This record gives sequence, structure tokens and C-alpha cells, in this order.
Amino acid sequence: MSLPRPLTNLEKELVRLLQGDIPLVANPFLAVAQKLNLSEAEVLAHIHRLQEEGIIRRFGAALRHREAGITANAMVVWQLPPEELKSAGEKLAAFPEVTHCYQRRQRPEWPYNLYAVIHCRTRKACEQLAARLAVTIGHNNYRLIYSTAELKKESMQYFIQEEPECE
Amino acid sequence: MDSLDRRLLNIIQEDFPLVEKPYAELGRRLGLTETEVLERLAKLKQAGIIRRIGAVFDLRRLGYASTLCALEVPAARLDEVAAIVNSFPGVTHNYLREDTYNMWFTLIGPCRRHLEKVIASIAARTGLAVLELPAEKSYKIRVNFNLDEVAPE
Repeated sequence: MSLPRPLTNLEKELVRLLQGDIPLVANPFLAVAQKLNLSEAEVLAHIHRLQEEGIIRRFGAALRHREAGITANAMVVWQLPPEELKSAGEKLAAFPEVTHCYQRRQRPEWPYNLYAVIHCRTRKACEQLAARLAVTIGHNNYRLIYSTAELKKESMQYFIQEEPECE
Repeated sequence: MDSLDRRLLNIIQEDFPLVEKPYAELGRRLGLTETEVLERLAKLKQAGIIRRIGAVFDLRRLGYASTLCALEVPAARLDEVAAIVNSFPGVTHNYLREDTYNMWFTLIGPCRRHLEKVIASIAARTGLAVLELPAEKSYKIRVNFNLDEVAPE
């Protein structure tokens, strides 16, 4: 990806206003528009443009999946030869139950380089899915790591705090 | 949660109407009134199923950096270490996992140097070595769930 373009002050203010929770009222964008001295239509046009540029990845609801009945969450990790990573990553990404898939730096004490986060209804379903993923990429040497508790889950608050080491 | 709730949740995750009156538009699609949609959403929020409705940003395009970290925490110190890790606003997710590395958290910040500073501070305050596993390539980030595919009946 090319270097990101700097955001305008108005765009940063929009980020600050849209990274929270819009109200459950008939016209949820009205308060944002009033704060920015814009019309609702102008706010919506900015949102569309930020979406087209990929700065907004998605606009909508974030669920707590445990409360929605999707209770098992696991990370499946593999150690793959570098030349196989791209093809394997793309194959894993195609599964709807895989919500995140990353290639990560290997460490001597943790030599895995391909990561898939999966969400299932039960552990049994996670086990079966991990086995299917392994067959799909042709590597059976995976490690399946269940999460047992969520200690924190929050949305990042951007452009709130400036860090001196970043200036 | 009934089947209309599930349809509503699927739509508002992926295709939230970006119009002045989004809840009236959702009502048109589902055969409900605007008030009925708002009431259903308020209940789903109260039940904790909806965490928030808003924009999800591509952190790299905002100029931010992120990484994944893991710690090997002695069982007796889990609460104490979690309190230290969670006290940093850039720690957005933190999970206990069944492995020798049993605490896994994601860290976001306005530049790489800030991430390094937070990691050093967590290491100093906990006395534990932080295993840092920065992403080299992303193949998928999808945070929505199709409730028809996975919801229990």
C-alpha cells in the first residue's frame, strides 16, 4: 500500500465524531452535522468519500459475538516456507469463518508466521474447521489456541491523544 | 433474538444505510416501521449484542501503526498483569488463551516508536518478556458475523 495521505482537520474531526456510537434516533447524523456546521447531506457525502478511499473500512454495527451466540474463538498458527505464505494466506481468507488472517514476523521462541482467527459455535466446530483449513493449504503442523476469556475489547480512539515521540 | 433481529443485525453490520433517516430505510427493507426498528435495536444494545454503531477505520490509512503481543503470565498474576496491560488506551483487545503464552493483546498507536515505548513500559511494569509479533502482510480483516451461518437455533 502507498503511504497514507495526511487527513485534513475536518476529516480528523469527523473521525473523532464517527468512531464512537451514533445515537439511536431518527436522524443520527444530525448531531455530527451540527457540530461541524455542515448539512446532514454533506456529512454523508464525506462518509461516502472516506469509504471510497478506504479510510473508513466499514460503517455499521459492531457486535459482541459472545452475546450473539458465537462463543468459541481460536487462533490457528502455522509455520510455512516463505514462498507458500501468499497462496496459503489467500486460501485461508476465503473461508467465511476466518475473520482475520495475517502473516507475522517469526521469533526464535515462536516460529509461526501465518495466523488465522476463527469463530465457531463450539470447540468441536473449531477443531473441524482448523483441520479443513490445514488440508486446504496442505500443512498439517498447525497449533490451535483457544481464547478462554476476553479481558478487553474496545474500539481505538484516534486523534485524541498526541504522543511526543511521534511528532 | 428472532429471525427479524438476525436479518436486521446482518444488514446493519454490512450494509448500514448511509442516508439521513437510516432506521426508516431499514424499516422499509424489513417491513417494519422506523419506531419498531429503533425499539429492536435498543433491545439488542441493552442485551449487549450490539457494541456500537459507527465507522470502522483502516488504522494504517489514518497514519497509525499496530502490532500483536503475547505474554507468559504465571496463573497467580493474571489479574494484576491484565490491569497493567489494559491500562494503556492503545491496547484495544486482550484475550486469555490456552497456551504457554496465555495473554494476547493488540496494540495501536500513532507511530511505531510509540508502540515500542508502550511495550517497554509493559515489560518494565510486569517484569515479563513481551513477545511481539508484528504483521508483515494482511490477508483478511473482517469483523462482522453472518448470524444465519453460525447462530444457534
